[in-house]
Amino acid sequence: MSSEWPLWEVFIRSQHGLAHKHVGSLHAPDAEMAIKNARDVYTRRNEGISIWVARSADIHASSPGDRAALFEPANDKVYRHPTFFPMPDEVKHI
Amino acid sequence: MTAPKPAAPAAELSDYLLRLGDNGLVLAQRLGEWVGKGPVLEEDIASTNVGLDLLGQARLWLTYAAEVQANSGPPLRSEDDLAFFRDSAEFRNLLLVEQPNGDYADTIARQFLFDQWHVLLLGQLTLSRDERIAGIAAKAVKEVRYHVERSADWVIRLGDGTAASHERMQAAIDALWMYTGEMFAVDATERALIDAGIAADAAALQPTWQSSVQAVLDEATIAIPADPFMQGTGSRGGKQGIHTEHLSRLLAEMQALPRSFPDARW
Repeated sequence: MSSEWPLWEVFIRSQHGLAHKHVGSLHAPDAEMAIKNARDVYTRRNEGISIWVARSADIHASSPGDRAALFEPANDKVYRHPTFFPMPDEVKHI
Repeated sequence: MTAPKPAAPAAELSDYLLRLGDNGLVLAQRLGEWVGKGPVLEEDIASTNVGLDLLGQARLWLTYAAEVQANSGPPLRSEDDLAFFRDSAEFRNLLLVEQPNGDYADTIARQFLFDQWHVLLLGQLTLSRDERIAGIAAKAVKEVRYHVERSADWVIRLGDGTAASHERMQAAIDALWMYTGEMFAVDATERALIDAGIAADAAALQPTWQSSVQAVLDEATIAIPADPFMQGTGSRGGKQGIHTEHLSRLLAEMQALPRSFPDARW
């Protein structure tokens, strides 16, 4: 039965964060049930205050084989990293 | 010198708290039987979560029941004593909740009929003049609002699903319907507590329950059985300790360990 149900990716916004974070995946017949199942599988211990679900089939990912081409050139350009700025204490959620 | 008169007669209050607690305890045990056997992993977890909610509520009711019994004299008992060292005739749960799991339609139908009643009852109990009861009800009703949503959703999905799922859901409602009358049958125990402003008047919940249940079953294309026969009414049901054969077997499994090893600790 479960093999007929599509896979959904679950994103939870935690108590203290602003962003939804990927926590895992589950099977459900539709979005409504996916949210209910996500509540039961992933938020029983006060983990979150908001749930997003998306069909796994609708998520497009970069290919692991392209990793070098996509990401490695950034490493040798130190001026791209904002490490030379002191961060004021007032700035939150960074 | 006499002690101040208690707000409610202890025997009635204790009995009423056992009714509330035993419903949760027995239904939680039934839902626990699905662990590892659910139709899909997600349902396995979800129905167990509902069971754990009900078990948590049962602990609060039974702890209070044990305190009320202790105040009226020995024997001193704890929530665990009440759960594990009473026989079926001493249990006060509704006949509905002790019915076997059957297939998933049976389990969902049982949950649906109970949840729809449970949420109304707890809503009334939040207004109880007994602050402890009102407090427990306020905590429990938040959980039960989710149970209501979930079981109604499944009744609609199965009832209005395939021909096979429709047939099974209709058979489940047909089989369990006769146990619903007991939920609204008020006996002398409840009457005394209703008059004291402590218990909820279950009979007054019936019209609201009927219309909510009807609305969901209509959407699920499920018919309410025409036969008006009801089990357990007339003060001869689970609330008075007269149970179906299924409760003893459930208790045998639930109580086996503490009865074999009374001092067992985790």
